[in-house]
Amino acid sequence: MEITLRDIINKLLRRQPASASTARERLQLVLAHDRSDLSTELLDQMRREILEVVAKYVEIDVEEGAVSLETEDRMTALVANLPIKRTMNGQIKLKEPKNKLEENPQEAEGTDQNS
Amino acid sequence: METDTRVILICSGKGGVGKTTLTANLGISLARQGLTTAVLDADFGLRNLDLLLGLENRIVYTAQEVLEEECRLDQALVKHKQESNLSLLPAGNPRMLDWLKPDDMKRIVDMLKKQFNYVLIDCPAGVEDGFKNAMAASKEAIIVTNPEVSAVRDADRVIGLLNTNAIKPVQLVLNRVRPKMMANQEMLSINDVTDILALPLLGLVLEDEQVIVSTNRGEPLTLNSVNSPAAKCYLNIAKRLQGEDIPLIDPAEESTGLGAKFRRLMQTKIF
Ligand SMILES: Nc1ncnc2c1ncn2[C@@H]1O[C@H](COP(=O)(O)OP(=O)(O)OP(=O)(O)O)[C@@H](O)[C@H]1O
Ligand SMILES: [Mg+2]
Repeated sequence: MEITLRDIINKLLRRQPASASTARERLQLVLAHDRSDLSTELLDQMRREILEVVAKYVEIDVEEGAVSLETEDRMTALVANLPIKRTMNGQIKLKEPKNKLEENPQEAEGTDQNS
Repeated sequence: METDTRVILICSGKGGVGKTTLTANLGISLARQGLTTAVLDADFGLRNLDLLLGLENRIVYTAQEVLEEECRLDQALVKHKQESNLSLLPAGNPRMLDWLKPDDMKRIVDMLKKQFNYVLIDCPAGVEDGFKNAMAASKEAIIVTNPEVSAVRDADRVIGLLNTNAIKPVQLVLNRVRPKMMANQEMLSINDVTDILALPLLGLVLEDEQVIVSTNRGEPLTLNSVNSPAAKCYLNIAKRLQGEDIPLIDPAEESTGLGAKFRRLMQTKIF
């Protein structure tokens, strides 16, 4: 992402960002879908199943979870963004060790789990 | 007999982005360079190439009669008055669409290949049969698009189709570029479009009122108004097709004066 002087001035003046960057982002999103044969329904089903699997191990915010297609240079990637809930002292909330999961809460750094 | 004829599809997906205007101007420019060029109007539903070239009153036969063997190819070809290296093969009746098959287009193009250095195929908009027939007859393609979301999206569709049909090279022409809007970041930049579509840029064409004037007259800009902004762009594209190394016009330099300086300052990259 490039940030230009104009972007900063727009931010300071609380103006809308110039429309070209909006156009670029919208295109990237819509093309990722166009280029794959995945329908929105299939993608949504996949999202729910992925969330279910992950939710077995860590507590995640099911409402916030998103699975999307992103594209760059005609390469399309499936990107899952699954915000993990944290405990009061900032640790990742692991589920009760059902299948002998070790109590080993990692230092929480960045909630986003990009794949 | 020409064995190394280049057959180039001029296509876009979205309608009205400038395919026919590009075909007419490239045809004139290549003919100027001494290359025998045929422009084939493959937009049988809504033919216009004849009008843009000012040849609408000289059509006797069309591709249809050639295919039906009612006339010879050279009877249907309309030679341009000023540029004798350029010939148009007009589109037939829209009803041709009912029976035309990819093999018919191949037959026509094979005939043209015997006589010309270049065959430019002006495609219909869309990705339906009309376009697919034209695609069957060609090896390489030029995608025309505008720096607008809908045009870029539709171009992407067509690029996908061209890829699956092993058509290459596929190059990009970005038409109707407005330097001021690009500088203000209110229009997708050249890099945005080439990055998103992942295609090499054959050239860009500036937005130019003269295009409309030239259409009114039936005289492509590259014929009589070679100094207009768009004409220069078309001429450069023709030279690049021929392998000449012509630098791209920098749209930022097209707008001058204090306003342009300010806009360039605003584009300074901070990060
Ligand atoms: N560089 C330009 N500057 C200004 N106007 C332009 C430019 N290029 C094309 N136009 C205008 O855009 C319109 C569409 O152009 P053109 O007919 O070449 O598009 P097309 O892609 O062939 O359309 P169709 O899909 O209907 O066949 C015309 O009115 C033309 O004059
Ligand atoms: Mg057209």
